[in-house]
Amino acid sequence: MIDQKPRKKPSRSAALDEARLRQQAIGVKLRQMFDAVVNEPVPDDFIEILRRADEQRSEKT
Amino acid sequence: MGGAARAEGPANPARDEAFRRELEGLIPHLRAFARTLAGDPTSADDLAQDAMMKAWDARASFEMGTNMKAWTFMILRNQFYSEKRRSWRQSQLDQEAAERTLVAIDDPASPVALDELRLGLQMLPLEQREALILVGAGGFAYEEAAEICGCAVGTVKSRVSRARRALQGILTSGDYRRDGAAAGEAMGKILAHAERLSNQR
Repeated sequence: MIDQKPRKKPSRSAALDEARLRQQAIGVKLRQMFDAVVNEPVPDDFIEILRRADEQRSEKT
Repeated sequence: MGGAARAEGPANPARDEAFRRELEGLIPHLRAFARTLAGDPTSADDLAQDAMMKAWDARASFEMGTNMKAWTFMILRNQFYSEKRRSWRQSQLDQEAAERTLVAIDDPASPVALDELRLGLQMLPLEQREALILVGAGGFAYEEAAEICGCAVGTVKSRVSRARRALQGILTSGDYRRDGAAAGEAMGKILAHAERLSNQR
């Protein structure tokens, strides 16, 4: 964000610190959101479909 | 790394078995990536399953020992975009489904609420969203993300930084409502805001 008051130096750096912290928080949440799905148990049909495809392959050979 | 080649040629059961095991281990990651692209969990799982089978069918074109995660993510992404072209998909957030997934993991004390983050993500242009997810959550290097997205490394870097800036803007403005008559209007405001932010350099 653009700081409208460049003369107020201390508040600007405080704002930058806050922005950095917020950015870190977003990063952590982003990973959490992603990992929450990664850690879900895989629905059975995924494994079944893949195994069935693999079996069809071995039957053909 | 072509995704369309079919597995023909000499049968190699041991290789297929190794491939299947590795692919199986990637399913959770494919599901997570699909969820960020497709929004609602059901169509995301359909997408992940399609990508998984595309990867299986194309296994002969995969070089064992190289990065299968990046390879499958590329297949999933291509699948997503080709489906998007075929049908005008419901790209709006399935809010009910999203909230169902979030309620279990959200921490009310956290400075950035997960449902807000998810909504914010949905407002980003797709190319920025996927770049941010790949680098910020998927653990890919910029170079790998560039390969997955089929673009230059610099493009990925710029998309990620735009996405971060826009997301921060969306989350700090925080003045939107998600229900009632004002929702559409508020959404429009936020979208305009996000667009403005993401176009800034």
